[in-house]
Amino acid sequence: MSEVQYSGILIYAQLTRELYIHTVFFELLDKAKELSQKLGLVDVNAVIFTTPGLIDEYKESFRNKGVNKVYYFEDERLKDYSTEYYSKLLVDLTGVIKPEILLIGATNQGRDLAPRVASALHTGLTADCIELDINEKGKLAATRPTFGGQLMATILCKTYPQMATVRPNVFKINLNDNFFETEFVSCPVNLEGMEPHVKLLEFKRTVDSVINDLDSAEIIVTGGKGLKNDKGFELLRRFASSIGASVGATRGAVEMGLASSSIQVGQTGKTVHPKVYIACGVSGAIQHTVGMEGSDYIIAINNDENAPIFDIADCGIVGDVFEILPEFINQNKS
Amino acid sequence: MKIALCVKQVPDTTDIRWTENNTIQREGVESIINPYDVYAAELALNIKSEISDVHITVFTMGPSQAEDMLRKVLALGCDDAVLVTDKKFAGSDTYATGLTLSRAVRTYLPDFDLIICGQFAVDGDTAQTGPNIANFLDIPQVTYVKTFDSCENNELYLTRELEDGIEKVKVSLPALLCVLQRDIEPHRATIRGVMNAVKKEIKRCTISDINLSPENTGIKGSPTYVSKAFRNVSSHKAEKFTLSTKDSVQLLNEKLKSLGVLNNV
Repeated sequence: MSEVQYSGILIYAQLTRELYIHTVFFELLDKAKELSQKLGLVDVNAVIFTTPGLIDEYKESFRNKGVNKVYYFEDERLKDYSTEYYSKLLVDLTGVIKPEILLIGATNQGRDLAPRVASALHTGLTADCIELDINEKGKLAATRPTFGGQLMATILCKTYPQMATVRPNVFKINLNDNFFETEFVSCPVNLEGMEPHVKLLEFKRTVDSVINDLDSAEIIVTGGKGLKNDKGFELLRRFASSIGASVGATRGAVEMGLASSSIQVGQTGKTVHPKVYIACGVSGAIQHTVGMEGSDYIIAINNDENAPIFDIADCGIVGDVFEILPEFINQNKS
Repeated sequence: MKIALCVKQVPDTTDIRWTENNTIQREGVESIINPYDVYAAELALNIKSEISDVHITVFTMGPSQAEDMLRKVLALGCDDAVLVTDKKFAGSDTYATGLTLSRAVRTYLPDFDLIICGQFAVDGDTAQTGPNIANFLDIPQVTYVKTFDSCENNELYLTRELEDGIEKVKVSLPALLCVLQRDIEPHRATIRGVMNAVKKEIKRCTISDINLSPENTGIKGSPTYVSKAFRNVSSHKAEKFTLSTKDSVQLLNEKLKSLGVLNNV
């Protein structure tokens, strides 16, 4: 594979179940423009899968944001995400337009799709990156946490396209208007002879993901195993509502059945960076802290003075959450 | 039904060493079975208890010492095992691992119906090897599987747990599943299970057994490589206060006021 024929950056624009373009696309777009400058202003393109007639709804979202081309596939069969259909078409497109970099959001869907596409293209993929850069040789340098976040590894790829997934909410969006034409390119949907082997029968939204929006929350209150039981989590929720915060949970708390995994913060959950993060009864396992260290200000309340959470908290309060939180709620009743 | 259960031995993540090539030093480091793979085994055994005539072959790729882990998984009630081990496999990234394991499954269990993996491995946390295996064997995949619900007419009914909710899906076999951890206590080996495991066969699979060229596996066959590894350091000031409850609440109030949190409500 000659690298000369590979050029430009392609970003997968995932649609959410509600048919919005996932915000991780815009986060990747901003980063891609930065990478493009370092590569000598190569094209930044997007690919989207939609149903017939809907692409017009999205055109406005792509315009004036510095996207050169939007490649779109429209077909009734693409209504629900299908690993088989989507990976087949993305492999087809990549074979034709030959991007040097292919970026995908590390959502559940992205982490299902990306490895399938990478292995079909016989190329390398770096999962769940927290930083992307271009090195002195013009290669994508993708940095990701490994070993539960204890070590950061910068990974390079010998083949093309160089692929990476990046978690939502890792890169901040500061899109400047770019007043140039975005071209929309319809792509052939070649799914002849394919039948989907996986069928979606039912979807039930988990309650917590409706009332919680950790991705955009400015204040997050998180509970860990130290909250012990449902009553402890109820206390945490009351504390959160008293200061208008969203509620998060550690993996330990989720495994104890105190909270849904949809509000889990950490390496196997969400990455968040609110203005204020308050960790209650959280020990501070690296698995957790890797998902919240980007918060502007961290407060920790824990009765174990040796808990590792205190090493990364701006303000650590050694004390019992079961005494401090009720008293706080009491004082702040209006 | 023939099931290939893929498990991974992972280093205890509190004790990490790297080789000169920036790959992970595995020899001499305490190893455990990847926690997600415990639940992959759980799901396989669950199917075995629900359906008659299920045979589970455990696959792992790793050094010789991984045999101990295979015995433990066999003791849970799996039937036989294949240890995919060769110096030439060393340093494989997820692409090369997926290719190597897919060849091993194709060679040792050509008529498989189902492949079950853990969703993540806690060392690399890439979640890529499962989908890679599925791609190389050209079979469908279902990731983020929480439970096996039923099996009818060669189709599996499964529950997936995703960031926005719960999906019920069905998949026709053959297929590959990536399984999440659950909040249940997993199966433990019985004494009989441990005794039986001693007698069960563990085949050894080397590069020549699966018709793979050294160019396609190990470091040579891996499209990615670690160029730099470094420790993660925090930028937060670690200030710690041990006060009475009253003063702690006072401090919390002051901090939240100065951060503008309390004025917001």
